[in-house]
Formats: sequence, C-alpha cells, structure tokens
Amino acid sequence: MSDQIRLKKGLDLPIAGAAFCEVTTRVKPDLVAVRPTDFRGMVPRLLVKEGDSVKAGSPLFADKKCPAMVFCSPVSGVVEAVVRGEKRKLLAVVVKADGKDEAVHFDVSKVSSLDKKGMTGLLLESGLWPCLKQRPYGTVADPEATPKAIFISAMNTAPLGADPEFALKADVDAIQAGVNALGKLTQGGVHLSLGARNFAGSEFHRLTGVVFHQFEGPHPAGNVGVQINHISPINKGEVVWTVDLHLVAVIGRFMQKGVLDMRRIIAVAGPAAVNPSYAEVPAGVSMKQLTKYFGEGDIRIISGDVLSGEAVGPDGFLGFYHNQVSVLKEGHYYEMLGWANPIRGKKFSFSRAYPAFLCCKKKYDMDTNENGGERPFLVNDVYGKVLPMDIYPVQLFKACLAGDLDKMEQLGMYEVIEEDVALCEYVCPSKIEIQNIIRDGINLMMKEL
Amino acid sequence: MALRNMVDKVKPTFEKGGKLESLHSTFDAFETFLFVPDRVTRKGGTHVKDAVDLKRLLIIVVLAMVPALLFGIWNLGQQHSIVFGLDWGFWQKVWYGFVRIIPLYLVSYIVGLGIEFVSAQLKGHEVSEGYLVSGFIIPLIVPVDVPWWMLAIAVAFAVIIGKEVFGGTGMNIWNPALLARAFLFFSYPSKMSGDTVWVGGLNKALAGGTPWKGGEVVDALSGATPLSHASLDGLSAAGTTPWNLFLGDIPGAVGETSVIAILIGALILLATGVASWKIMCSSVLGALLVGWLGNIGGVSDIPCWEMLLMGGFAFGTVFMATDPVTSAQTECGKWIYGFLIGALCITVRLFNPGYPEGMMLAILLMNTFAPLIDHYVVNANVKRRLKRAKTV
Repeated sequence: MSDQIRLKKGLDLPIAGAAFCEVTTRVKPDLVAVRPTDFRGMVPRLLVKEGDSVKAGSPLFADKKCPAMVFCSPVSGVVEAVVRGEKRKLLAVVVKADGKDEAVHFDVSKVSSLDKKGMTGLLLESGLWPCLKQRPYGTVADPEATPKAIFISAMNTAPLGADPEFALKADVDAIQAGVNALGKLTQGGVHLSLGARNFAGSEFHRLTGVVFHQFEGPHPAGNVGVQINHISPINKGEVVWTVDLHLVAVIGRFMQKGVLDMRRIIAVAGPAAVNPSYAEVPAGVSMKQLTKYFGEGDIRIISGDVLSGEAVGPDGFLGFYHNQVSVLKEGHYYEMLGWANPIRGKKFSFSRAYPAFLCCKKKYDMDTNENGGERPFLVNDVYGKVLPMDIYPVQLFKACLAGDLDKMEQLGMYEVIEEDVALCEYVCPSKIEIQNIIRDGINLMMKEL
Repeated sequence: MALRNMVDKVKPTFEKGGKLESLHSTFDAFETFLFVPDRVTRKGGTHVKDAVDLKRLLIIVVLAMVPALLFGIWNLGQQHSIVFGLDWGFWQKVWYGFVRIIPLYLVSYIVGLGIEFVSAQLKGHEVSEGYLVSGFIIPLIVPVDVPWWMLAIAVAFAVIIGKEVFGGTGMNIWNPALLARAFLFFSYPSKMSGDTVWVGGLNKALAGGTPWKGGEVVDALSGATPLSHASLDGLSAAGTTPWNLFLGDIPGAVGETSVIAILIGALILLATGVASWKIMCSSVLGALLVGWLGNIGGVSDIPCWEMLLMGGFAFGTVFMATDPVTSAQTECGKWIYGFLIGALCITVRLFNPGYPEGMMLAILLMNTFAPLIDHYVVNANVKRRLKRAKTV
C-alpha cells in the first residue's frame, strides 16, 4: 500500500492557455542542440568539431571531471555549429539532422542480468546517465556515489505542465523497463509519487518494482524535491537521485531496443500560445520548428514552465530536462496607478490585497511584467505559505545572501533547488530574485564544501 | 497618454549623465508612484510575478488607519470645545482638528521622506515605501500640542538612528514610529506626559495663565486620559464609561482613543491578510490574562476586558505590533511575541503608577527581543534536522 501525503501549502497558478490533450504535431528532427549549460556542475570537453557526422548516440562532449560521462547527439546528422559564449564557454553543440535515422547500437541483450557497475557503465556510454540528477544541489548524478534511493515524480503540478497521464500513456512499458534498470543502481528502491486526483485510475499503477507514494495538494506538491522532503528528507552526507518520468521512458526505450530514442511529447502552452496542445519532438528541438504555436507580437518563449524555465527566444532550443514550452507576452507597458486600483481584475494575486482571491475559477492572461520594483525583504510570512517543506524560507534566503555556509547547511540547503522556491519568488511583494539567491547559494556550497 | 509622454520627456534629465542625475531616486519614486513600471522579469527567475507589491500592501495599512484618523480629527475639536467650554458644531470641531493635525503630517512627511530620498540617492537604491506608513502613524500617537521642531527632531532621529543606520527599510530593529514617540517621551517629558498634554491648546493656556471659559469644568475633567486614574472609582469620578472608552470621545493621542475606529482598521488588515492575525490574537490574549490576574490579585479593580479599551493598547496591537519588519518573523514566534506584548503592556499599567501607558515600551522591548524569539524557534528546526540525521 502507498502512504498518502496531503499538502496544504502552495499555489496552482491560474494562468490561461493550458494545453488541450491532443498531439497536434509530430516534428521531424531538423536542428537540435545539446547544451552543456543544462547540466549543473559539469565542465564540458568537446569531442566533435563542426562538419563531423554523428549518429543518434554518438558522443558530442564529455565531462572533464568524469571522462566516462558523455553527452550524445539525439539524432543522426552533421554537427552544424559549436556555439561559444564569453571566455569561449561552450554553450551548445548544434546538430543538423540528415533524416537517415542512423543510430549507434548498444548491446542490451543482457540488461536484466547487469549489476550496478554494469548498468552504470551502459548508461554512461549511451549518454543517458545525465538523465539522473542528484540531490543535494541538482547536479548530474555522480556515478561513484551510493544514493539512498531514487525518486521519480509521476505528478506534474507546474503551471501549464505536461500531464504525464496523457503524454506518457503509451510509454508505460518503457517506463517499466526504465524502472527495472534504475532499480539496479540503488539499495533504497525506486520511489514513484502519484497525484491523489487520479490515483486510482492512473496508468502507472501497472508498474512493478517501485514504491508508490500518493501526494495531494497544489503546486509544488508535484516537485520531486518537495516529495523527498516528506518521504525521506535528505540529511547531511546523504545523496539521493531523481529522474524525470519522461526520461525514465527514454531510458526504458533504450533498454528495450538498444538505440537512443529521445523523442518526447511536450506541452506547448501559455497565454500567448496559438492552439496550445501537445507536440512530439526530438530532444533539444529548435524553437524554429514550433513557430506555429507562437502568437504574434512581443512574446517570450520559455523552455520549461513559467516559474523556473529558461527564456530561450525564438532561435533557442528545448532544454535537456524539459518537456514543456511556455509562451508569454512580454510586459513592457506602464500601468497608471495600477497599485492603487481597487479591483485590477486582469491581474492575479495570491495575496488578498486584490479581490482576485474571490473569483477562484478565473484564468489570467499573465505576462512578464514585474508588477512593481525591487525592495528589501519586508513581508516575512508569505513565503512559507507556498513552500510545503519543514524549512524556514526567509532565514534560508538570508543565510544564502550572507554566504553563511553553516547556517545554509543547518537551515536545509541540501533539500532545495531553485524550482522548489520558485513560487516564493512569484509571490514575493518585494520582487526579490529568490531563485538566483538559491542558485548562488548552491554554487557557493559546491565550491566551498 | 499625455501624462506618460510628459514623464518620458523629462526622464532623460534624471538618468545617468543627465543634468539632474543627483535626483534620480526622487524622480524614480514619483514615477513609480504614478505608473507601475514597464520592467519585465529577468533571467534566471520566475517569468511571471504576482500583482502585489509593497506599495499595495502599505497603502492598505494606511487606509486601515484612516478611520482612526478621521475620528481623531473630530475628537480633537470635541475635547477642545469641552475643556474650553465652547459651543461648537460638528464641522467646527472637525475644522479645528484638521487645522491642528495638518502641520504634524507636513512635518512628519517632509522630514521623514526628505531623509529617505537623500539616503536612497546616496546608496543608489530606489526609495522604499516603508516611511509612508511610519509617517502616517507618528502624528496619530504624539500629543497634538507637540512643538513642530520637536517633532522634526524626533522624526529625524527615528529615521536616521532607527532605520537608516541599520541599512534602511526592512533592516530596522525597532518600529520607527514608536521610536519617534519614545524619543519625544524621554527627551521632552513635560510635553509628552502629565494630565494636560492630550487636549489641544490646554497646556498653552495653563502655562500662559490665560483665562478660559468654563475653567471650573476642567477641574473635573482636567484633560487627563482615563489611564491616569485607572481604577473604577477614578473612571467613574471622571465620568468615563466603558462605552466612552470604546467609542473614543475621551482625551488622548489623536489615533489611539477610538477602539471602534481601530477595529474597523483591524478588520481591513485581517480581511486583506496584510497584518498577522496571530500577533493581534496573542496580544489580546496576553493582555486579558495579565489583566485578569491583576483583577483577582487585587492589584486593580478594572475588569480585564476594559483594559483592552484603554490607552494605546488597541492601536499598538493592530498597527504597530504587527509591523512585519520588527515583529517576530516565524509563525510560532509571532504567538510568543504578541502574547508578551499584551502581557507586558498590562503589567506596566498595573504596577507602575508613575507611567501608566505601557504599550509603547512593551512593543519596543519585544521588538528588541523578537530576533531572540526567532532564534530559538529556528534553532528548534535546526535541531530537528540534526536529530533526523542521527536517527537514520
């Protein structure tokens, strides 16, 4: 039997433009990119140059600290560009697909008899290892580490997020194969969290070899970090691994077929999206191939959700871990005495300072306006209302600002990454960039400890 | 929009390199007051943001104090006319109060905001709106007869020593408005305490020996706040009933006398969730408990509920104890903090006949100890985390 955990704190953002449950496009691979910046704590060493031919599963770059960890091309084609930024920092390797669908073949006939070492080796070689993320810090998992357990969230509460019950319903068998493979990596078991809303009818009940958990509540209840905090919180010195459910499916398909098949079904949604719905795309797909979903005018295209995704622009690419593209209008406008308007019906507020809380069914055309200027921390009770963890948020943020490593450790820094505090940033009346504070804090801890 | 075009036209003058660059913070403060800025969310953060900002929250606090202010304005005229035996109508009383209160607001905002604007410019920050509330409170809690220069010094002290030296809004330890009042109280006690300071014009009339109409009435009323004869006999001798205390037509600081007006403000703050209900609740509980103990212990014959209606308790509990910066920051700490404020306030009242108004000192003292309370609450969380690590 599964345990049921009910969370009250949090907020389901009432943003307009949710995706219809229909796959409206199947994008043929053209331009795809693998971006080293998606992987925290990894220093890339380039293995290809422009003009090289690659197959799906050919390594593009490797981690300098762990050369066995390679990052592979998701499609077959030619390396079109190696994009570098300031100080020649490697930003992306862009591959132009040739449509031949050639793939590197791996021997998967004996996967069921592999031990931890063998499985680790296979995942590293195939470029699938980076699917595993490690807590604390949200880095790519360290192959040498012994994780306490592996956690998977089969519940997506992020605003406009892709519903796993729809996007992955055809992949249950693959997920089973993926879970079997992951199970070899840890003694602590593979933990899968399901939402209470459709717990009974969930396709994922068919899975075996996992420990089920049931979560109920608003966002961020679907965040794996929040779930870990309630199932088995991370203590100093402990390591757990997390895998996104859609990447478990990718691992599973690989285990079944022996070739890298990184196609995924993503939600393209948002107030500025045209015909918001689902699309089947290759990993790292160029946003240029999704333009039919984007509205007119000054819009922002985000890989990921609107709270913790990355603005990639119309020429950008889908992030390695993302299965969602959000489209928002930019908020470049002045609003005369907006803060004094008693109703301000077009804007949503979590606080009761606006009457928005009275019309709970309404969805809002949110845009990127900050709705105010940046101020110091003043109101202190609002953050805890959207962070369902046993953590004192303001104290933790201030410890990060002060760079006080002892305090950060004591106050639970090991248990959070940016996405877990994203709602704190959303509701902050002082408009403080809380995710950046946490990001700097994590970087400081990784450097110093 | 014509106004927007005008602002856009003068904006470059205040930008970097412009002629009036040194007034950038001031310009920005006025611009963002008129227009919610066009700034969009930045890289690495959330892409959408809540509609609420500090301006919105603080304007609600100010609005919540308006009933107390309006009542106070009328009451100024009411008390003045009673003491001086004047036969004034409603509007005459209001006009008197209005004329007396406006200079205090001018002093409070000109001095306070002036310092805020200068310090924001020096630090290169945007002007924070925190003083809008502090500046609104100060005239409500000082005697209406306080000389303007004294008020100016008190405001400057509160803003500079109380706030800016700690790093500005959000970093201060003590409530700035209360600090201004405490400064006046300890520096110029003759203007701040005693029986005669709370009715407009009375002190001056007494000092100058000016005869005033109905001088005999004053012997009975004498302009003292009910706190200075805080016993049932004292209250009934002064002709003050609990209903007077609740309604607020008694001498006292402008904003603090009318419990009913303060309750309207409390409702606004609680309905909008701007102030912490935990602090208000626990402060009332603390006051009731100590008031009850004092009552059965024979220290005072005033029933504990009547204590809630007297003096600055209600105003302090609703508008000053709940200041989010200087109160306890943890939810559990708020219960302790509020309870101790209520309890301390009534303790001072019961045991210190020389200084019956305990609210100011109770809040300032608990402001001082709020970080300590938080420290222990947060430490409990830290210990829980460490214990968890050991048991695994």
